[in-house]
Amino acid sequence: MGNQDVVSAAAAGAAFVVRDCALVALATGRKARLLQEFRSELAAIDAASIYHHFWGGLLQPRFAEREYNNDFAAWVRHGIHDAVLAERLAALHPSRFADLETLRQEIIELVDARLDEVEHLFWTRASQQFEFICSQIVVFDTAQQLQQPADLAAAIAGLSPSSIFYHFIDARRRTPAGEDDFSFWLGTFGAEYAPLCQQLAGVDPYFGSLKELRDELAGLFAAYFQEARQ
Amino acid sequence: MSLLEAYAQVAGEDVIAQLQQLAAPLAGARAVHVNSTRSGGGVAEILTKLVPLMQELGIETEWEVIHGEGDFFECTKGMHNTLQGNRTPLGDHLLRAYEQTNEENAQRLRPTLEAADFVFIHDPQPAPLLKLCPRRKGKWIWRCHIDASHPFRPVWKYLRQFVVPYDASIFSLAAFAQELPHPQYLIPPSIDPLSDKNKTLSDAEVESVRARHGLDAERPLLVQVSRFDRFKDPIGVIEAYQLAKQFIPGLQLVLAGGGAADDPEGEVVLREVEAAGRDDEDIHILMLPSDAHVEINALQRAADIVLQKSVREGFGLTVTEALWKGKPVIGGDVGGIRLQVIDHHTGFLVNTPEGAALRIRYLLHQPESMRAMGEKAREFVRENFLITRHLREYLTLMVALRHGAQERIELGQG
Repeated sequence: MGNQDVVSAAAAGAAFVVRDCALVALATGRKARLLQEFRSELAAIDAASIYHHFWGGLLQPRFAEREYNNDFAAWVRHGIHDAVLAERLAALHPSRFADLETLRQEIIELVDARLDEVEHLFWTRASQQFEFICSQIVVFDTAQQLQQPADLAAAIAGLSPSSIFYHFIDARRRTPAGEDDFSFWLGTFGAEYAPLCQQLAGVDPYFGSLKELRDELAGLFAAYFQEARQ
Repeated sequence: MSLLEAYAQVAGEDVIAQLQQLAAPLAGARAVHVNSTRSGGGVAEILTKLVPLMQELGIETEWEVIHGEGDFFECTKGMHNTLQGNRTPLGDHLLRAYEQTNEENAQRLRPTLEAADFVFIHDPQPAPLLKLCPRRKGKWIWRCHIDASHPFRPVWKYLRQFVVPYDASIFSLAAFAQELPHPQYLIPPSIDPLSDKNKTLSDAEVESVRARHGLDAERPLLVQVSRFDRFKDPIGVIEAYQLAKQFIPGLQLVLAGGGAADDPEGEVVLREVEAAGRDDEDIHILMLPSDAHVEINALQRAADIVLQKSVREGFGLTVTEALWKGKPVIGGDVGGIRLQVIDHHTGFLVNTPEGAALRIRYLLHQPESMRAMGEKAREFVRENFLITRHLREYLTLMVALRHGAQERIELGQG
């Protein structure tokens, strides 16, 4: 569902169309062994690669309980062995930035500041090179539709982790106000579900696996609609 | 039971449903996989299951094998080794045999390949086929299963001319990708949970293998499964075992491998390993035939801890196999092992025999930690490294190639 589809479907008060997605990674050919090289490559790399290294990895083969939530921080810690910069990079929350360009500038700023602080980082060669990766995402229909908000309570637990990614994380790049698809859809029913949307806004998808996120959302919807029935 | 139903029992119904949804727009498409052998080796192992799975998903999939003689296979074995870093030039007569063999195979395969919507060419052996199919209509993908991170440049330069015209290539890890003028997809390998190597075995089957090799079920067992190759550091494994045994006298070690008979360096390494283990009856050095899949499976299941103490490694599917069997792995901090072995979660990454010995002692003194790691390890593989994930990425790539290079592809609503 593209941006326009979301808007028009919502305006018509239509059902929530459950979609799913699959991601495949691509090499960009850009690599870095030195922090300075990393900075140069980062400045020029397609924004899609920055997105991949913050979010796309959730759909990639990798361990869910990661030490760092973005690949840049992990590389600085385990490749460059600089814990200070790794912590600063790890603290970046991508959804707190207006767009990927602003996020890119902040990363560059942090790297520059660290290079000013510690001169040897100019020539410290990483024990593992950083490979910039990007990805292609294919979005497809699941043939499942939800007619009423209360249907969310039963449906969420049955969605695939990648469907959760699509509707709760990827949606922020598609919806007009940068919100998740569930909140966007609930908003079309007027103010009735505003408290539920507030609860959804409090769910941080940045930590943990997609399955954990699904469980959290399922619990939230179930509790809300059970309370509403009582 | 269909294959898809069988995999649904292992990987989950939702995983199979997703494959079906993703494959829907590819229904009726014709795909051909081409490699150089129908059995033996990792590629044939994957295709044995991938091809029927694609067929069940509605994609008309065929598997073709190219035929060749001695010089051809000598050449392609040389290519394999040089792409992995051996610096041995290939003689002109071998390269002529390589091109001639591909021309002969093209005569036979041309109608099938030119009519296909997707052609997957696996590894260097059949790479020249694209140039020999001028009326091809589909998308051609070169799938490199080899660790080509540090290829011998003259051989890669020669092979590259055949690979450049492809629509896309696939490498297992970003570090293996090469400079090419087309999209390079990254798809890690996978294991087949229903194969002899990974299927569930009964306790009796495991016990019979243990008995055959004189292993004591009451004492802790370390196992490393790999070729007798310096990159796998079998001597380092024995050193780690010896250091740990000073604290755990009942410790046993199995080093199981094969393939040394036709590999001169392998024989040298095997002799060194045998010499290093000669005075200890708890060190079991097993030379197993290439089809001893159930035996390897049983040894991995009999192990308390699996080691893969490589000093250089491509992806390390033996690590994946061990994790799938719920075993913590102590692995070398290299290559694809880093993707799979996560300190304190699925095992430990080590750099020295001393480091490996320390982690062996730690795990054997923390059985609860070891059990928890084993559970986590199996789930990690279920989520990430089963053939169903591999297939999903192939399908995604096929859909993506039909839609061009854009970052996001929205398939029409059903």
